Amino acid sequence: MSHELLAIYFLWKREMIRFLRSKSRIIGSLAMPFFFLAILGTGLSGAMKLPGMNGNYLEFITPGILGMVLLFGSMFLGISVIIDRQFGFLKETLIAPVKRTTLVIGKTLGNSTAAVIQGILMLLLSVFLGVTIQLQDILFTILLMFLISSAFVCLGIAIASKLEDMHGFQLIMNFLMMPMFFLSGALFPLTSAPQIIQTIAYFDPMLYAVEALRFSLLGYSSMPILISVSILIAFFIATTFLAAYFFNRIES
Amino acid sequence: MAYAIETDNLTKKFSDLTAVDNVSLKVNEGEIFGLLGPNGAGKTTLISMLVTLKKPTSGTAKVNGFDIHKNPDGVRKSIGIIFQDPSLDEELTAFENLELHAAMYGISKAEREKRIIEVIETVELKDRLNTVVKTFSGGMRRRLEIARALLHYPKVLFLDEPTIGLDPQTRKHVWDYIKKLKEEHGITILLTTHYMDEADSLCDRIAIIDQGKVIVLDSGKALKDSLGGDTLKIETNQAEKLQNALKGMKGVKDTKILEGRLQLRVEFGEKKILEVVEAAKKNNIEILSVGLHKPTIDDVFLHYTGKTIREETLSGKDQMRMRRKAWGHKR
Repeated sequence: MSHELLAIYFLWKREMIRFLRSKSRIIGSLAMPFFFLAILGTGLSGAMKLPGMNGNYLEFITPGILGMVLLFGSMFLGISVIIDRQFGFLKETLIAPVKRTTLVIGKTLGNSTAAVIQGILMLLLSVFLGVTIQLQDILFTILLMFLISSAFVCLGIAIASKLEDMHGFQLIMNFLMMPMFFLSGALFPLTSAPQIIQTIAYFDPMLYAVEALRFSLLGYSSMPILISVSILIAFFIATTFLAAYFFNRIES
Repeated sequence: MAYAIETDNLTKKFSDLTAVDNVSLKVNEGEIFGLLGPNGAGKTTLISMLVTLKKPTSGTAKVNGFDIHKNPDGVRKSIGIIFQDPSLDEELTAFENLELHAAMYGISKAEREKRIIEVIETVELKDRLNTVVKTFSGGMRRRLEIARALLHYPKVLFLDEPTIGLDPQTRKHVWDYIKKLKEEHGITILLTTHYMDEADSLCDRIAIIDQGKVIVLDSGKALKDSLGGDTLKIETNQAEKLQNALKGMKGVKDTKILEGRLQLRVEFGEKKILEVVEAAKKNNIEILSVGLHKPTIDDVFLHYTGKTIREETLSGKDQMRMRRKAWGHKR
């Protein structure tokens, strides 16, 4: 195995070990989506029927909540570069005779794997709550989850490379992640929203993530799957370059 | 003779401050070289440039023969570093930390496990190999970091304040490891410290650095000798009479009476005591006691910089602040 690949594998392994050892974090990260589904989803299930929804409300929001798990989980893990910095571990990796890009790839793969595992756990949870999932293609769904997670982990890394400390995370959460989530059509079909909101939503990468997830889990979406997946790939490429660009500029 | 480290007018400027100012040093292969200076003297910045973490504003350096500009990867492969602040992943075990490090330095699987056992035995932590680092004491973490830095058989080892924040017993322990590395492995060691005793007891040569400049560079002994010898403090009832009797004596450079005691600056104080006592006998002067004061590195530092190093003990909060300042916060 080449030297850089070996480094990527062990950086991935490190993130896995950290993820699997922090049981409380795994449970904590699943709590909010669980309440969304169990309370909001079941509570509104009988009452909500909007154009653009095929099944009941609980079913409709399941892909959206999966998107939320991937978005929040990935961004948080990406931003954990700051924690590495505060604990000094970042320096140990920066000084190693490997390319900075190798470090970004290892970190992204490790963290997106962790986010996808969170997503799968959340899907199992939703089945337990009585959601009927009509899985189109299991491999496609997992690849899609990887694509979405990797893009947001990279975005997190790019942001973390510029942030001073974890205090900035609150700002990112409230001014970036929350609007991205609400504008994505995760909780209601955007066709029932005012035109202005619909227009803004087109600039929200989460819109395409939720559309693609809805197609792969329920078999329908308001946007052709080819378009949503293409845009997601473009978004992933863009964030990868951003992450590599900003991470390369740490401390030099 | 080849040099392990060679810097040529190395300079690092931050917006309003020159942290390292035209430093030219040559470190011999196999020696322990100390950079002694107060906090903020530029020691860490100098090391950061040598290990390719920071780019110099001007000047250049060679480490193990590799140019830091032209061949940073060559530099990285030949060095080990122990940072001032901890740099372990606390949630991993000692083994996992070492394994990750070995992989990033391209060490093959078979070789990896052999070396991990080897370095962990060097620092006597074998029984903690599969324990999560979170549970380690400060001294154990330091030892694990030393082990990690040795894993890829570096030619040059950088130690930035290796014993800061450790208790005296653990400090002594770390010193022993450092000496062992030099003696058994022939590794060149460059260490920074603001502890005088550390520089004095460990280093073959010491560079005193203040405000980014090297003030003076020599062996600890030569530095102390450069102050012009030892001080004899003589307690007697006839200080003035003794002063007159000794004034012309060979090897006595300076005499003065302080608080009723006669103080002499002399070379080879141990031998001079005998001559002084004899001279006193001849003149029928009774000597009550003689004290010999050898110059310390503290005196050297005071002499060359005009100030003493404050051996500060930092509170945890200060340490956090320093760490944040030291690491990538451009404010």
